[in-house]
Amino acid sequence: MTSVLRLDGVDRSFGDRQVLRDVTFDVHGGRMTGFVGGNGAGKTTTMRIILGVLAPDRGEVSWQGAPLTRDGRHRFGYLPEERGLYPKMTAREQVTYLGRLHGLDAATARRNTDELLARVGLDARGDDLLETLSLGNQQRAQVAAALVHEPEVLVLDEPFSGLDPTAVDTLVSVLRERAAAGVPVLFSSHQLDVVERLCDDLVIIADGAIRAAGSREELRAAYGQPRYTLVVDSDAGWLRDQPGVTLVDLDGPRAVFDLDADADDQQVLRAALARGPVRAFHPVTPTIAEIFREVTQ
Amino acid sequence: MNTRQATMLVAAREIRVKLRDRTFLISTLIFLLIAAGATILPGLLSGGPASVAVGGDTGQAAAVLTEAGLDVRVVADDAAAEQAVRAGEVDAAVITGPTVLALDTAPTEVVGALSAAPPVVLLDPDAVDPFLAFAVPFVFAFVFFITSQTFGLQIAQSITEEKQTRIVEILAAAVPIRALLAGKVLAGCLLALGQIVLIALVTLAGLQFSGNTDVLTLVGPAIGWFVPFFLLGFLLLAAMWAVAGAVVSRQEDIAASSTPVQLALMLPFFAVVFFNDNVTVLRALSYLPFSSPMAMPLRAFTGDMALWEALLSLVLLAVTAVAFVAAGARIYQGSLLRTGGRVALATAWRSRETTG
Repeated sequence: MTSVLRLDGVDRSFGDRQVLRDVTFDVHGGRMTGFVGGNGAGKTTTMRIILGVLAPDRGEVSWQGAPLTRDGRHRFGYLPEERGLYPKMTAREQVTYLGRLHGLDAATARRNTDELLARVGLDARGDDLLETLSLGNQQRAQVAAALVHEPEVLVLDEPFSGLDPTAVDTLVSVLRERAAAGVPVLFSSHQLDVVERLCDDLVIIADGAIRAAGSREELRAAYGQPRYTLVVDSDAGWLRDQPGVTLVDLDGPRAVFDLDADADDQQVLRAALARGPVRAFHPVTPTIAEIFREVTQ
Repeated sequence: MNTRQATMLVAAREIRVKLRDRTFLISTLIFLLIAAGATILPGLLSGGPASVAVGGDTGQAAAVLTEAGLDVRVVADDAAAEQAVRAGEVDAAVITGPTVLALDTAPTEVVGALSAAPPVVLLDPDAVDPFLAFAVPFVFAFVFFITSQTFGLQIAQSITEEKQTRIVEILAAAVPIRALLAGKVLAGCLLALGQIVLIALVTLAGLQFSGNTDVLTLVGPAIGWFVPFFLLGFLLLAAMWAVAGAVVSRQEDIAASSTPVQLALMLPFFAVVFFNDNVTVLRALSYLPFSSPMAMPLRAFTGDMALWEALLSLVLLAVTAVAFVAAGARIYQGSLLRTGGRVALATAWRSRETTG
């Protein structure tokens, strides 16, 4: 039995507009998978299809090797992009209710709710009506609602938007904990720095099609050109004429350049040393933002 | 978790929230006060037997009147008796003659007690007390109208609330969508029935208190028929209310989207109230699914109904209700996740959105 959530060839249209095209990727157990894409790229539609809130036109979602059914999805935790809970119920009451809807018995639902509310820092306000809570606190209640039934799979649409830095840290630690327990975690975010900090795997979607998917290291190797930073004492403009070098950025003595696959970095270093002292020479790891830009252009 | 368990959880939440709703509690209390007031107050206000002053030379009058259960006061003479009437101390007086005095209307009780009425035999007596004959049609129609309106609107509002707050997406991911709908309709039925039973109990207690115990035997069969007709009629309308709530995304828009169901409730209501003594029209109304919950119990009450008629009408109502619930559930599923603006019924009908 493999803890893999797999999307295979998923298509979906709304009217004439095709929003997903042959979407295929895996979310592995125990790993945090970042799902990034621009506005309207298809992230939310994909997540809704995973949760069975939308039906795919074609293709399949499977979990642990078997096609997903309603019973299978019952143990999924979902944080939708458009947040909402009942305004006229207390946070404690509705998190408990959602736990029961996901099949927990009354006692377990209550116990999990108490634990989670304490964990997300909502213990003191847990018995206030939701509509009286600040937006940030409503967001914390929403997070508790997604986790109350100890889900086997977590699908979180923009989980960090609207959270203050403390709440982001809390959520990050909760998610890491769940991932460490073997749960596949798929989360989308516009904040690429958060994705950078969190994800083990990355799925990049643009215009409804998956442009890249895999572990961070694989994507770096595949999409990040070998890139270097060089700092010398005088102007580094001579790099422009160096074979195999493409200048990315030049600021007097500081240069960032890409190297062709067959070029030798040591040769560039020797050329630099021949012109004077070298203060720094090191490879640059591409950020997720850079990979994203390169993949979606 | 199966659909039945999910339905129960959903219904339990709806009921819990409603029982905390102050507007609902106050309106129920007002209904109960009206029911108690309407049954107890008339007895208290009518003020007991008529009082009569007896003066002068009136022979056996005092004895006869006392025998008839009137409040008799013997005074010194005719002048004193007349004075008592003018002063408003008594309702009437009997003076020498014997002559009956009263202020502005002939006191029938006194006159009746003093006269020898010929025996009367009614060949075709009215089965029903005229007051009840007047009141009962309104009561059945009114109870159905008010409860279908109140609890139907509640179903629509609860559905729209879930769309408006977007919690529906979490719910749809957790339980089958039909369980959401079934739970809401079940909660509406139970709350409506609960409110009706409570009002009925208070009414019966009030009648008991004021000594009108024979009403129950008269109204009993009609109530027996009202319950199944009410439940099926409510189900039929609930399906329409659910659609009214599901196609809009904001509470403010329910008023517009619920026009069809409001009409489906109001037109039959007025038809039954206006034509309650027109046998032909009432017979037609008692078969039409939207008006039968109001019209058939009324025919049961007046005794103008055969058993097969009630059963046939119930079957017609049940078939219509099932068809409406099936169509309503499909439109509900198709429009639940479409927010922004109003969903066209045809669009909702075609889309089979959820995989649940």
